[in-house]
Parts: sequence; C-alpha cells; structure tokens
Amino acid sequence: MSTNEFYSLKVNGVDHHVSDAWIGESLLYVLRERLGLPGSKGACEQGECGSCTVFIDGAAVCSCLVMAASAVESEIATVEGLNADGTLTDVQEAFVTEGAVQCGFCTPGLVMAVHHLLDENDSPSELEVKEALSGNICRCTGYGRIFAAVDKVVAVRKGALS
Amino acid sequence: MSSVKTKRDVLGTSSLRPDGGAKVKGDFAFTSDLHAENMLWGATLRSPHPHARIISIDTTAAWKIAGVECVVTADDVPGQLTYGLISSDQPVFAKDVVRYMGEPIAAVAADHPETCRRALAAITVVYEVLPVLFDPELAIGDDFEPIHPEGNLIRQQRIVHGDTSVVGDVIVEGHYVIGMQDQAFLGTESALALPDADGQGVEVFVATQWLHEDQKQMAACLNLPTERVRLVLGGVGGAFGAREDISLQVHTALLALRTSRPVKMQYGREESFFGHVHRHPATVWMRHHATNEGKIVKIEARFVFDGGAYASTSAAVLINGVTHTQGPYKCPVAVVDGYAVRTNNPPCGAMRGFGVVQACFAHEGQMDKLAAAVGTDPVSIRLMNAMETGDLLITGQPVESVAPVARLIRETNEIPLPPDLAMDANELELPGGSGITAERKHIKRGIGWGVSIKNIMYSEGFDDYSTARCTLSDGKVVLKFATSEVGQGFVTLAPQIARSVLGVTDAVCDTIDTQIGSAGSTSASRQTWMSGGAVDGACRLVRERLFEVVGAQHNIEPIRFAIEDDEIVDTAGTFRMSVIEASQGITISETFEHHHRPTEELDENGQGNCHVAFAFVAHRAVVDVDPELGLVKVVQIATAQDVGQVLNPLSVLGQIEGGIAQGLGLAVMEEIIVQEGRVRNPSFTDYLLPTALDAPVVVARMIEEYEQQAPLGAKGVGEPPCISVTPAIVAAIRDAIGKDIDRCPVRPQDICL
Repeated sequence: MSTNEFYSLKVNGVDHHVSDAWIGESLLYVLRERLGLPGSKGACEQGECGSCTVFIDGAAVCSCLVMAASAVESEIATVEGLNADGTLTDVQEAFVTEGAVQCGFCTPGLVMAVHHLLDENDSPSELEVKEALSGNICRCTGYGRIFAAVDKVVAVRKGALS
Repeated sequence: MSSVKTKRDVLGTSSLRPDGGAKVKGDFAFTSDLHAENMLWGATLRSPHPHARIISIDTTAAWKIAGVECVVTADDVPGQLTYGLISSDQPVFAKDVVRYMGEPIAAVAADHPETCRRALAAITVVYEVLPVLFDPELAIGDDFEPIHPEGNLIRQQRIVHGDTSVVGDVIVEGHYVIGMQDQAFLGTESALALPDADGQGVEVFVATQWLHEDQKQMAACLNLPTERVRLVLGGVGGAFGAREDISLQVHTALLALRTSRPVKMQYGREESFFGHVHRHPATVWMRHHATNEGKIVKIEARFVFDGGAYASTSAAVLINGVTHTQGPYKCPVAVVDGYAVRTNNPPCGAMRGFGVVQACFAHEGQMDKLAAAVGTDPVSIRLMNAMETGDLLITGQPVESVAPVARLIRETNEIPLPPDLAMDANELELPGGSGITAERKHIKRGIGWGVSIKNIMYSEGFDDYSTARCTLSDGKVVLKFATSEVGQGFVTLAPQIARSVLGVTDAVCDTIDTQIGSAGSTSASRQTWMSGGAVDGACRLVRERLFEVVGAQHNIEPIRFAIEDDEIVDTAGTFRMSVIEASQGITISETFEHHHRPTEELDENGQGNCHVAFAFVAHRAVVDVDPELGLVKVVQIATAQDVGQVLNPLSVLGQIEGGIAQGLGLAVMEEIIVQEGRVRNPSFTDYLLPTALDAPVVVARMIEEYEQQAPLGAKGVGEPPCISVTPAIVAAIRDAIGKDIDRCPVRPQDICL
C-alpha cells in the first residue's frame, strides 16, 4: 500500500518528509503512524469527539477529517508542540491538579481546545467555555473537573497580569 | 505526637494521578499508540446479517492481494473454538451460523489498514438468511426454535420471600422499558501481539479490565499453556464494563502466531459498537403493595433481560437485577421472576451498574406512583421505607453494610435548588441548546428523585480475590499488581496506601501484567476494596518485617513500634527513626492475597446470602422541558453518596460527576437502536453522548460512615453515581409535564406525542 508520491508537512515548526504514503491517509493517521506523533487520538473518525484536535494555521480542527496531503502548505501544531521546553503549560498543569484527567484519552484534544479558547478569549463566561468545549467528548469525568481546570487557568492568568 | 513535617500524599488526601503529566502531554502510551518493528495490521470480517447459515467462505482472492500476509477463519483456531466469561458459548469465528450482526467470521493481517480493508472486501461468504429472533419474549419458552445449542433461555431466577398471600391497602403497578446503552469508552478496542521466537507463545499488550481472565480464555483458544500467553496492560482509554469480555484478543494473537510477526488490531468506532457487549435492554413489570400510609408490604415483579446472541455475563446481570428489586427500601414479601434470554440482537453484558440500573429505573418509578397513590411526596415515601443496617433483603440476606439511606435522602434534600430559569436566559441554557429551537415561554421545570442500593464485588459464591506485592528498599516502595487501571485511579490510590501504612514518600507502581497473581476485574466497584485490601495487606506484612529488623537492631520488642508520619516510633519509649533510614541497605518484599468473605448461591426460591456488601446513593434532578418539542435540559443534580471512607476526595468527585453524566445519557440521550437485529446507529454522529453543554451542575456530598467490613473502611464509588440519577431525571421530566413516561432514554416523542 504505497505510492511514489511524497510531500512535506510542517508540524510544530519542523518540516517532516512523508514518503510512501497512500494519498487517502488522514492527517491524524500520518501524524500518528508515519511521523511518530501519537499524542493526537482517534476515537470516532468523523469529527464528533475532538480527540484528534490540532491547529492548522491557528484554527482548531479535527485531524481525522483532514487529508494529510492537503495540509502541505500549512503550519500544523499538535499537543506534542506544547512542551518544547519540557515543562507543562498552565492548561496542562491545571488539568492534572484539578482532576480533569481520568483515562486521559480525550485529554490531549481537550488541552488543545482549551488553549485555543483561552488564546481567543481570556475571560470566557461559563456558557462560552461549555460551547467551546462541546466538540470534545469526555466519557469519564462528566466535565466538572475540566471546567474547574479552565476556571483555574483563567484565574491564574488574570492574577499574573494584575 | 510529632507534628507533620512533610506533606505526603497519604490516604485521605487528593493525591494526584501519577500518569497525569504523561496524559496531558500526549505521552501516555495507550494500547493504540503501541508499535513494533515489522508490525502487521489486523482486521476482522463481520457478518452483515443478524441470523444466517454460512454456506461457504472463500478467502482465495484475499490471499492474493499484495501486502496480505494471513487470513484466518474458524478452521485455523488451534484450541477451543469458543470463549465466554461465564459460559463458553461464543465462537472465536462463526463457522456454520452467524447469530448477530457484526459477528466475526474471519481476520486478516496485512501491511496497512487499507490493505486489510481490501482483503476483507475480497473474502466471499455465501449466507442463507434465517428468521431473526429479535423479541425477547419469544425466547422464553418454546415459541422459537433454539438459535444456539445451549438454547434461548440463558437463565431464569425466581425469588419468593415471606408470606406471599399478603395484599396491600394500596397497589400500584408499572411496566418499564430500559434501552440498550453503550459504554462508549473513547479508546476503542486495541491490542498488540508479539509472537515468541519459538512460535509456542505470545506476549500481548491489551486494553482490558481483567488480564488473567483474558489470559485464561486466550490460552484455551490458542491451545497454549497459560504461562506462554503473557499479557501486559496497554494504556486503557476507559472501560465501563465493555472490556470484560474477549473482543480482539484471540484474533490478534492468532494472527501473530500464524505470521510470526507482531500484529496490531484496533477497532474503529463503528466496529467498536459491534465489537463489545452493551448494557442489557430490559422490560420490567412491578406491582407494589403498601399500607394506606405508604409502607411497602409486598413487591411483585417480572424482569426480562435481552442478552443478545451470546451469554457473556447475562446470568450475573439477571441476578443483580432481581435481587435489587426492592431498591434501598424495607420489603418483607416479594415474588419475582427474572429471565435472561438469548436473541439475535447484539450481545449484552457488563456495563457500570450491571443489572441494578434496570431494577432501579423500575422501583423508583414505582416509589413515585406509590407516593401519589397515598397522597404524599417523593421524599416522604422514600424516608418512610428507607432501608437500615440489619434489614433483610428479599433474598433473606441481612444488610450488614453501613446503610445510611435516610441520611442520604435528607442530605440531598438539604442541597439548595438552582435558581429559576431567567426569562431572558441565553438560548444555550434552554432545552435544545445550540439548536436554538426552544422558546423560554414554553419551558417547564420539574424535580425528580432517585435512590439506589448497589452490591459491590462479585456474588454467588465467586471468590474474586486480588493479589499485590509490596517491595520496600532504601525507603522506596514498589507495588506490583495485575489490577487494570482503566482511568479510575487505582494507580493513584495504591501508592497512597503504601505511604500511609509504611511512612514512605516514594511509592510507585510496577508494570501491570500477568507476572503476579490475579487482581480480578476492574468492575463491580470492587478494586478499592479488593486490590486496595491486597496492597494494604502486602504493605502491612512488609511493615511487620521492618519492625522486626529494627527491633532486633535496637533491642526493642517489634510489637511496640508504630508508624507515625514518616517515622518508626517506640510507643512505649523514646526511640524514633525515619523509615528511610531504617530501610537503608535492606529489601523486604511481601505478597498478599485479599479475599472477601464467602458468598452463597441462591436457591430455587432466590434465597441466600449471595452478595458481599452494598453501597447507597440518592439523587435529585432538576430539569427544564419544552413539552411541545420534547426537549430536555438537565439543570442540576444534587446527590449524597454513601462512600464509607473517602480515600481521595478528588478521585471520588470524579467518579460521582462522571457516573452522573453516564446516567444522564441513559435518561435522555443514549440508545443503540436495534431493528429486527440490525444496529442502526453505530457512530458518534447517531449515538449521542453528553457533551460539555449537556453537563448539569452537580452538587455532591460524600457521606462518610466507616465500613467495618472493608479493608480501608471505603466502599467502591464507581457504579452508584450512574444508577439512580437516570430515574431521578425521568421523574423530573414526568413532574415537569405531568405525563407518565415509562421508558429510558426519554425521546422527544415520549414527551410531546
């Protein structure tokens, strides 16, 4: 199952050469199976659960719905890119300390979604948080501790600014 | 007493998950993230028919596809041709007949998932379609030809208790229907099998709830000695009961052994709906007899659980259902008939709540009917009948567990109700949410109650023990067990136990695999009690030996020692020494098996001490309903849960909130639609799960009354949250619209038509 085609993807600022790929492979598949970046998870294959959330040119998208070969000209950011310096981001830290992680399968996608939300809106209302995260399904937590993690990040960021 | 010098994550603290950092970074290795050199992909061919005879299977064309390395069918299974948790009645691959839509027929191994798909498409199976047994009632008796050599009735159980001639002053009756719910864990089934070089064994990384049970069933089917089937727990993306049964374990190992190459299998979401058992759909009839005041004097009931094509745990689910008929209420007399039947519907088995969900939906509907019939309210009727420690169940078993039912109801009732829905509420707060369909002026609010009792641990004489090893060396503890971590947090709890018992700070968990005795299943709310008991026992044995060593060194009777914070202290003298110092240069390792007290099987009248212990919970739901559109928004869930002792408040809260969301799903959203044996919605587009916008405000109280039977005083907390929240929400809907609704999930047409 291969072709002679090859292309390059820019992921987390690094160019990756993709060769011998079948042209129908999703970005999620290529990230996970060809580029050694399994942080993005696949749970529904149809853009319903958000586990595979990545940023393409700054937009949060479900990588299972994107053909990898169609993302050649774009800047792709994955959960692995959040920790270039080895430390947790404030969102990741809050997910751990507030109990937002149980099985953890939805977690990378939710971490990306929360970063995206707070990058666009530094003081979201409760409803804005719920709406922004409603594309990411978590089956373990019932969302309560995830909301608590978001609240904590918002509070800490505000405290740091004041 | 010395003051606490360091803050250590002992029992009672909200110790954080040791795997949390890896999980938020995407570094945690779920089974589906695993790779091996020279690895092949596996895939499964499944039946498109719910019931058909297999005339022929032709794999010739599949073998010829470039990249295909192996095709296996029933003819290639080297050992036992069937498996199963209670009864070995499910074929590894269907051979002569398929009994449900999605039943495995063949498996392939190839170089790429797409090659696998093409290979599956190239296999030709000729079927003769057979009549479909889809009505569970037809499976009782001889109305339908047996669809399986073991017959259509999986199990029948009757309960007859007390003076059955009693008739109540007031009688209320109801028929209840519970739909088929899916566990819908996010991490679909996955396994990576690595064949041994000699071809006589295999190592399998798998996401499962019970490594040793998988190992036993796999070894039998693969015709290998048990020790040559070595299982390692791959990262598990949720479970909720769906990983108790074998799914892809035997197929993956068989392909690896046949190809002499590593093989990975991973189900997609659609396949996952066909690849694991679901919650039993059930019909329940109940008739409650009570005094004029509302005290229950007799309950009559009939349960039918649709087990689908294979038995799985249906026999145990049935027993849970019928033995929980009365709910958390006193009941002196009962006549109950229960049936678990085989049909050509999808196989059903374990899901969080395990048979009690179905019983609770019915008995809570009955309690509200009884309240209305005697002219009282939902809270008063429940308080009047509330079970207490020492009461007899309808099985004749005394409830020895702490049973603070009345307190749970009162404490839940004390939680403030949410404010009224504002006249200018944001549309996202209205039923229907972002669909922006409901209008504020049409919305009606309702309040409903649900209270439940749930057995914890396995029942009917089964000794579901757990094993753990504790090794102390240089002040550090390593804990070894086969307890499946599926997200619930045993890997957080186990080190907490070691820190409390041994006074250490540095405690870690070893690889979870079959290189130690069984831990039993991560199910039945049992691991805190059972594996917690095993870890506690192993740590205590190590502590005894440490005291002996230190006592010999310092000429002090070991019995005088105790652990105080991180030190060994002489309780009758002045000696004290840190555990770190005391354990320098020595290694002490002990293994402990924890067994719960024995239980009994039920007799033909359903009498016997079949359960180990019980946990209780109360839920009050507040909902907003649009009666014209049939839309529901769950506004608030108030709950008080009987937890025994809280060992980790954050973990307990996570179980409570998560369980409530799943119970909400069963109340108003989640149902696998099956028509004449065919699953119509096997995707997350069509099977709806609660999202962040559906999550209600949860106000939870943890009621701590130390459970003397439990090794750590703690009851399991996993299942109760999802059980009575479902009837509470449905009762709130009834309250809002004044209409009797007898099924869950409640669909728009149940409200507005």
